[in-house]
Amino acid sequence: MSSREKTLEALKKNQPDQVELPAITSYEQSEKDNVLQFKNTLLFIGGQAIEVNGYGDMITYIKEHFGEAKRILSTIEALHPVAEIKAHYPDPHSLEDVGLTIVNAQFGVAENGAVWITDDLLPARALPFITEFLAVVLEKKTIVPTMQEAYDRIGISDYGFGVFIAGPSKTSDIEQSLVLGAHGPKGMTIFLI
Amino acid sequence: MKNHPELAEQFNTDEARVNWHDETLWWVRTKRDRMSHALPEWEQLRESASQIKNNVLSNLSDYLIQFESNAKANGIIVHWAADANEHNAIVLSLLRQQGATQMVKSKSMLTEECHLNEYLEQNNIDVVDSDLGERVVQLAKEPPSHIVLPCIHKKKEEIGELFHEHLGTPKGNADPQFLTHAARLHLREKFLTRKVALTGVNFAIADTGEFVVCTNEGNADMGAHLADVHIASMGIEKIIPQRKHLGVFLRILARSATGQPVTTYSSHFKKPREGKAIHIILVDNGRSIHLGRPDFRNALKCIRCGACMNTCPVYRRSGGHSYHTAIAGPIGSILAPNLDMKKYADLPFASTLCGSCSNVCPVKIDIHDQLFKWRQVIVKEGYATSGKKVGMKVMNSVLSHPSLYRTSGKIGRWIMNHFPSVVNNKLNPWFRQREMPEPPKESFREWYQKNKKR
Repeated sequence: MSSREKTLEALKKNQPDQVELPAITSYEQSEKDNVLQFKNTLLFIGGQAIEVNGYGDMITYIKEHFGEAKRILSTIEALHPVAEIKAHYPDPHSLEDVGLTIVNAQFGVAENGAVWITDDLLPARALPFITEFLAVVLEKKTIVPTMQEAYDRIGISDYGFGVFIAGPSKTSDIEQSLVLGAHGPKGMTIFLI
Repeated sequence: MKNHPELAEQFNTDEARVNWHDETLWWVRTKRDRMSHALPEWEQLRESASQIKNNVLSNLSDYLIQFESNAKANGIIVHWAADANEHNAIVLSLLRQQGATQMVKSKSMLTEECHLNEYLEQNNIDVVDSDLGERVVQLAKEPPSHIVLPCIHKKKEEIGELFHEHLGTPKGNADPQFLTHAARLHLREKFLTRKVALTGVNFAIADTGEFVVCTNEGNADMGAHLADVHIASMGIEKIIPQRKHLGVFLRILARSATGQPVTTYSSHFKKPREGKAIHIILVDNGRSIHLGRPDFRNALKCIRCGACMNTCPVYRRSGGHSYHTAIAGPIGSILAPNLDMKKYADLPFASTLCGSCSNVCPVKIDIHDQLFKWRQVIVKEGYATSGKKVGMKVMNSVLSHPSLYRTSGKIGRWIMNHFPSVVNNKLNPWFRQREMPEPPKESFREWYQKNKKR
């Protein structure tokens, strides 16, 4: 008998009587302003949100803060004055020297400052992790209160890879001292439009 | 092999370090409290999470079949491993298929349980743990002492020394920021050059055939997205029915673990990249037998947050290594005896049964009740230590004979009054770290006889 059959047979014999799934309800949040809560939470987890009126503002900001970056990548055509625009990088190892990446997110989550990004928005899955700094363009009206509404929104949509990213990469493994930029980005900026 | 009290005693030789360890973990516990208290629906979320997991346990075989078929349709290759050996052999064969002699790994407690690293090293595979804490303990040739905070027992000076020796950082530099940056550079080279990456699995969704990996550092993603082959090792109990259930679990996991609203990365792997491969290994290793023990099956609901460790007064003062098993603390003490009741007979006794573990558990596992039940099973099966056996026999005889009980009470009080050195010495374990109490002048029974209204 294969390990598969052996495991499944033992499980069938040993699992308890059927227990029903609970109904999942959503809960009203005390903070009604999703944008405000998103901004505060993002700050708490080491990221920052910047309200912009359009791509012009973003370009100015990028020039001012990331002028020194070796390579700036984006998938957003309008950012071509400051960024290399490409839809696909077949070899992610070539992204090792990227200083800043700017991508779109599907939506944001107020309770934890996370944004949901699927691989159709990414020129390579490795990019939001390998880049030294990450910037994300997020429409304010897409911000949902909690992860429960987030999964309502994702529904049964299809993707190859999807990720919630909440702030910059971090670790507290050395004596619980928080350090930003463990393996991934050292900072995360969200452009709210 | 040393047991929990012996190993805990070793840890307690350095009192300042024990106090520091205790306070550090309590601080993590208070962060968890701040997060959970900020959500009025916290208790309802715990209840939902618990019920979802109860449903999972009652349908585990069907959910696994469903997951397998959906994952296959997504292009993921599914393997089944009955035990640790088979799991390790599958990983090795996948490495051999690639002609790889090196692998980068992100955190997986399952591979600790299977002793994968030792096995691969014996087969000349170079394994690098990429979680910072895991890399630290790997360099120190130690197992992790905590499932979420692997090197919580180490002082920064010791880490500085390890990095000086292995990564060439300047001697005496123990700055966490500096050391983390050194590890980033050291591990980035590994991510960029390894063709095979292994990760754990936090949740696998039966309905969609995808799996979710949660990290703060981004190390699982760095490994997986830069390698040709991604191997994911998963205990079969990690299945959840539907994607929307993540909406419950991701709200409670990081809040319970480290007091963060969510981990930095919650990565959903559904299909491999073009031309690349994802393998998932579904590991039983005793879980299907565990499921058949009604008193103990609830422990399989665990989502590995570590909250029970941070709150446990015994764990905080005895350290993770005193549990001599991959998963330490209260949850480890009820999981380990399922695998080997004799080897881990000491662990259910490593508790005060205060119940704090059960109170913080986000999926409502009855941890302290199970600790108590394991004690009964272990004594019945004859695995209790001889000291405990003798003690319990004596207690049984004294407590079941009223006259003997009264006489021994009298003798005890008389000895403590006249020859206190008989109890106040190092042979009496109760005398360590505390003074023995003043013996009362009379027993309660004597007092009652005198004072009851006639």
